[in-house]
Amino acid sequence: MAAKTQRIEITLETLLESVDLAEVIVMRIAEAAGFNEEEIHKMGMAVREGVINAYNYGNQQIREKKIFMTVELDAEKMIVRVLDQGKGFELTEVPDPLAEENLLRTSGRGLFLMRAFMDEFNVHTAPGGGAELVMVKKLPDAVSGNGSSQPE
Amino acid sequence: MALQGTCREIEDIAIIDFSGKITLGEGSSTLRRTIRDLIDKGHRKIVLNLYDVDYIDSSGIGELVSGYTTVRNVEGELKLLHLTKRVHDLLQITRLFTVFDVQSDEESALKSFR
Repeated sequence: MAAKTQRIEITLETLLESVDLAEVIVMRIAEAAGFNEEEIHKMGMAVREGVINAYNYGNQQIREKKIFMTVELDAEKMIVRVLDQGKGFELTEVPDPLAEENLLRTSGRGLFLMRAFMDEFNVHTAPGGGAELVMVKKLPDAVSGNGSSQPE
Repeated sequence: MALQGTCREIEDIAIIDFSGKITLGEGSSTLRRTIRDLIDKGHRKIVLNLYDVDYIDSSGIGELVSGYTTVRNVEGELKLLHLTKRVHDLLQITRLFTVFDVQSDEESALKSFR
C-alpha cells in the first residue's frame, strides 16, 4: 500500500517572531522524518529565508497580512511552501547576489540561500496574487535508493 | 541566544568578541549598533571575533557587509576572526570570502592591519 502524504498547514502572522517559529516547526518535522542534523539545519535556514522574504518583501511588514506555510511529507520528500499576500515576483528579475557588482549589496541573498540549501526551489505567483516559494528536500532513503528490504 | 559582544582594545585595535546569532531583528541590530558606536568613538581598526557565532542568516550577512562598507568609508579596516564552519561555509558560497579579510588567529589578525 502506498504511503500517504501528510500535510500540515500553518497560518503565520506578519511578525518578526514568525520567522523563528516557522524555522523551528520545519526543523522538528524534518527531524521526525529522519533527516540528519546538517540537513535539518539547512532546511531550517531555507524556511527562515522564505519567511523573511514573505515578511519583508511580500507582505511589506504589513501586520494585517498573513503568511501561509504548508509542509508536505511523503515517502520520498518533504515539500515546504511559503505563500505571502504581496504582488508576486519573477525569479529571473532578482539580481544575482554572486555577481561582482552585487557583492557589496546588503540584501538580496535570501533566494540564493534557499536554492543552495534545498534540492529543488521555485517561485510561483499564486492565482490570488502573492509569491509562493516552493522548496523540496529529498528524504535520505529516497536519495540513496535504499527504499526496500532485500530477501537474504 | 541573542547576540552579545564585549569589546577589548589592543593598542589602537578594537576586538569585539561576539556570541549568539546574527539574524534578522535583535542580532543584526546589535551588530550594526556595535560597529557604529566604535566608529563614533574614533576606532578605525576593528576585529569581529565570531568564535561563538554559529548562526547567521541573510540579514546578518547583510549587516556584516554593511559594517565592512561603513568602516571602509571612513578609511578604516574591518576583519573577521575565528569563523565557525557554518559561517565560513556561508561566506564561501556567497562569495563574500573574497571580500572580507578573514583571519584564523588573533595574533595574525592584529599584525595584518596596515
